[in-house]
Amino acid sequence: MANEAGKRLMLLGWALTLLVLAFVGLALFIFTITGFGLVLVSIGIPMLLVSLPVVRWYANFHRGWAGRMLGTQIASSYRPPRPGNVLVRLWGVVRDPATWRDVLWLLVNSIAGLTLTIVATVEAVFGLLFWWWPKKTALYADAQLIKWLLSPSKKALLASRVRELAESRAETVDTQAAEIRRIERDLHDGAQARLVALGMNLGMAAEAVERDPENAKLLLAEAQAASSEALAELRGLVRGIHPPVLADRGLVGAVQALALANPMPVEVEADVPERLPAPVESAAYFAVAEALTNVIKHSGAHRARVYLRHDGELLRMTVEDDGRGGADAGAGSGLRGIERRLSAFDGRLDVTSPPGGPTVVTMELPCASSSPKTSPSSGTG
Amino acid sequence: MRVVLAEDLALLRDGLIRLLEAHDFDVVEAVDNGPSLLRALVTHRPDVAVVDVRLPPTFTDEGLRAAIEARAQIPGLPVLVLSQYVEQLYARELLADRTGGVGYLLKDRVFNVRQFVDAVEQVAGGGTAMDPEVISQLLTKRAGDEPLKALTSREHEVLGLMAEGRSNAAIAARLYITEKAVSKHTNSIFTKLGLPPSEDDNRRVRAVLAYLNG
Repeated sequence: MANEAGKRLMLLGWALTLLVLAFVGLALFIFTITGFGLVLVSIGIPMLLVSLPVVRWYANFHRGWAGRMLGTQIASSYRPPRPGNVLVRLWGVVRDPATWRDVLWLLVNSIAGLTLTIVATVEAVFGLLFWWWPKKTALYADAQLIKWLLSPSKKALLASRVRELAESRAETVDTQAAEIRRIERDLHDGAQARLVALGMNLGMAAEAVERDPENAKLLLAEAQAASSEALAELRGLVRGIHPPVLADRGLVGAVQALALANPMPVEVEADVPERLPAPVESAAYFAVAEALTNVIKHSGAHRARVYLRHDGELLRMTVEDDGRGGADAGAGSGLRGIERRLSAFDGRLDVTSPPGGPTVVTMELPCASSSPKTSPSSGTG
Repeated sequence: MRVVLAEDLALLRDGLIRLLEAHDFDVVEAVDNGPSLLRALVTHRPDVAVVDVRLPPTFTDEGLRAAIEARAQIPGLPVLVLSQYVEQLYARELLADRTGGVGYLLKDRVFNVRQFVDAVEQVAGGGTAMDPEVISQLLTKRAGDEPLKALTSREHEVLGLMAEGRSNAAIAARLYITEKAVSKHTNSIFTKLGLPPSEDDNRRVRAVLAYLNG
């Protein structure tokens, strides 16, 4: 009962706060509109410089409150700030339709919102007196009003989505190009060069075989060594492009193989009933591999765990370690690399790593299953 | 000694046939895909099979799967698997039935003809021939595990070389010690792993399997 009374008191508190804020909002509205009116006289610009950030803060505060009230999240859709001096940035804010929606809402809020919060206050008082009184209809209506007016418009949502896609596409293209350049360079300086050396050695051995058999033997041994090295390099390169075990066994098998080959004990728990589309498998594999490499390089951990779960629509990968924590997605280029890989698929990366550990890296990739690539003739599992 | 060979690239298949026949192996059939491999293994029951991991029709681990399937039907059928790359995971799957007669080598190991032929013979005789890459990964990983913890680092080394399929003489040469010293180490390994005295070869295989399977 005491708990219930506390809750009702809280509601009264909120109703009163919003009531007071509605008056503040009215003042803010008048101040902002006056600012616009006085732009041609020099005082208008400093007024807007003060009022517009306050309006945004004020609107975001209400978004947060209404979101909690309705159990959802109300996003804002402000354009990212334009680079340049104060006036250029101000011009960017003024031209942003989201700003005008905020201002419009200020006006509505100071009339409808005010009325609703007065009703809500009365309701809350009655709610304290009579336990059967419906306690938050008006607050609820106010929250709905805020959601309706302050949620991003469809157009703004689309615009921000397009911006995101353009960015991730540009990053993907850059990464791909860099990767191909690296492969070309590795082949050129590595395997290709070794094959040239091998051919030369064989040629010299053929020449020497009668005249100087001992030297020919030496040259042949060198040629053999060169071919071994070329093969080892090509193996490494192939693993970096697309590990054969990933093609053979899919994500789960490849991650198990990765865990087995790891110097640190790594436990793998997987619930991925079907093969995933090849590009997703590849992105997911390299993300897990990079996360494990980070564990070995930076965490000082003794063991790690990998969870893989696919529920038909979302692939969730978690890499946990018992290390010292303190990992930062911004600072570590490894984690940044994972984020880039995942963003091409609309995936996300989330790192929790308090100092002292443990570090938990959670990665998500939206994807639907595909049928297995292998034909049904391949018997045992 | 009768051999079944599975390799889909004609160039390598011909090379391997030539190499094996030059060393008095009798290649009874050479196939180029997974389903024919399984059939050939079951009909010929060769003394040893030499199998490439990646085979048509799927071009994945078809060869490995066929080999494991054949060993399920004919327990202990000696199989030497060759591959462009080695995976600890595949080594484990090959060894899972704990019957020995298993080899798993990188294709480049064929370059050293003498060692390769030794490996084929070792596998045919029920021993193991694991690639040094598999062993070196195990060495770092396994050192702390029971019951291998009791082994000295020298004994670990000896056991690793045994798993690669080397004879005591070869191990002695490799570690610059006498053969007598090697057999002292192997006896100590057998005792520490709790393997009762029996025919020496059998104990050897069991020690290696204990090591590889962990």
